[in-house]
Amino acid sequence: MTHLLRMIVEPGFFGNAPVRVALLAGGVVALVSGVVGMFTVLRGQAFAGHALADIGATGGSGAFLAGINPLWGFVGIGVVAAGIMEMIGIRRPRGRDVATGIVLGAGLGLAALFLYWDATFSNTTGATISVLFGSMFVISGSTAGVIVVFSLLALTVVGLLYRPLLLSSVSTDMATVRGVPVRITGLLYLLAMAVAVSLAALTIGAILSTALLVGPAATALRLTSKTGLAVLWSGLIGIAATWLGILLAYDSFYWPPAQHGWPVSFFVVTLVFVFYLLAQLPAVGRLSGARARRARNGG
Amino acid sequence: MTDLSGEAVTDLDEEAATSLDAGTVASLSGAAMTAGQHLTGTGGDALTVDGISVRLAGREVLRDIHFTVRAGEFVGLIGSNGAGKTTLLRVILGLQQPSAGVVRIDGADRPRHAPAVGYVPQKVLLDPDMPLRARDLVGLGLDGNRLGIPLPTRRRRQLIDEMLRAVGAGLFGDERVGNLSGGEQQRVLIAHALISRPRLLLLDEPLANLDIRSEQEIVELLARVAREQQISVLLSAHEMNPLLPVMDRIVYLAAGRAASGTTDEVVRTEVLSKLYGQHVDVIHVHGRILVVAGRGDGPAEPVGEDGAHCAVPDWL
Repeated sequence: MTHLLRMIVEPGFFGNAPVRVALLAGGVVALVSGVVGMFTVLRGQAFAGHALADIGATGGSGAFLAGINPLWGFVGIGVVAAGIMEMIGIRRPRGRDVATGIVLGAGLGLAALFLYWDATFSNTTGATISVLFGSMFVISGSTAGVIVVFSLLALTVVGLLYRPLLLSSVSTDMATVRGVPVRITGLLYLLAMAVAVSLAALTIGAILSTALLVGPAATALRLTSKTGLAVLWSGLIGIAATWLGILLAYDSFYWPPAQHGWPVSFFVVTLVFVFYLLAQLPAVGRLSGARARRARNGG
Repeated sequence: MTDLSGEAVTDLDEEAATSLDAGTVASLSGAAMTAGQHLTGTGGDALTVDGISVRLAGREVLRDIHFTVRAGEFVGLIGSNGAGKTTLLRVILGLQQPSAGVVRIDGADRPRHAPAVGYVPQKVLLDPDMPLRARDLVGLGLDGNRLGIPLPTRRRRQLIDEMLRAVGAGLFGDERVGNLSGGEQQRVLIAHALISRPRLLLLDEPLANLDIRSEQEIVELLARVAREQQISVLLSAHEMNPLLPVMDRIVYLAAGRAASGTTDEVVRTEVLSKLYGQHVDVIHVHGRILVVAGRGDGPAEPVGEDGAHCAVPDWL
């Protein structure tokens, strides 16, 4: 038993400080992404989420250039981009994709410039890799603290707006008639989503953070019909993918090519995808109970 | 006859409109008074639409619309596609600003936090992927505007269960709304709109895309709700026939204008011809009514199996 466990969990896994910080920060970020992501899927804002994630690269690369903690770059640019999207008209069904696309394009243009300067003028050679693909194992303790604070903030916003968000996902008109301030609700949610993907940009990278936003949510909605439970599942699936990913990345130090290790982001994102595929199996779909009733009624 | 019927129609001629409307509103509400008081015993207008005009992108979609819905009345808002039914309902709900006119909703003696109006919009896209059960959607009608996560109290559950049963949705309360049939979804949406106990229920084309049986069931359900709970129902539809047995009054919308009154008062060749601005024939067949575009631009000829349907009522 111990032997088996040692094969899976390499010796020193939990004794390793970067691993412990990664487990904490990565887990918290995955929880936030999963919870926020469920509403992203419900509201059909996956493209906006993806754009906010990608634009994080602009903030991250800019922060490396300025020599400040990339976390502030990610979060700062995310919040600004969300604000611009709202101003351009993300709340209009037809303006939504256009607003997102325009902001995304402009943001990535700046990212190209910043990453080029990072690579040519400053000594931050690893900037491109860590901005685009994350830096889970080099998160400092103090950064982890800030991550936890931002995570709590995003979770609080989504928790408070739970019902208004849900109702306006069904129909903005129904929500308005029921007294929901739809526009401010939408803007606050967009900001929470910006924070979620910014934090995920730090752990698994700016261009991969969408996977953690959308993947666990898309998986969870196959597992249950209860909204609250689906939100919880989404968060847990994100955490599971992140922790397993960290474990595999730690183990992969001994995989070929030896002594280099595989990137943790690869494992996390792949696990998210595998979970999603598993949830598409018909047996899992039956868990939501809907099909069973259809079969009973013969329709 | 044609001249007189002009009173039931909001005239296109603006100068004439003012004087004519005053007469229309007075006579129509006079005609409805008996029915309204007979039904409710309390009287009072649940809804007054007073001179509403709406301009969208420079085009006048609605022009000087007047009508009232009294407490407990079932009123059909009838008009073809593009007649402005949805726009009118959105104005009543405050979702659309009118360019002129006012809407009054009698919201007195209402419990706090409860909206005066329940609303079932047209084409609510309920995705089967959405992890949202019928009871969740009904619950959002109760407190969807509140902050925080809903606490599963016994009282809340009880209210939702009662509401689901009241609309005949008790059997599928735990199903995903997206997996329900069109008729079942309508029941759930009606429960969502009713659970906050509004005095006025607005429904936008709730019968569209329903099979004949569901259509009939939904109409009966709404008529029962209006009767038993003293809720006024204003329902839009492009087809009036399914509503004929239950409709207290009709608001007929065409060419951006409206005529209102009882079905017999409004759905007549001369009234509708005036409203459409062209000759239409109103034909009664086996208790159903067909409105057919006619030819020629001479004075409207009364058409119908029963001449009495076309007689000018006293109030004209």
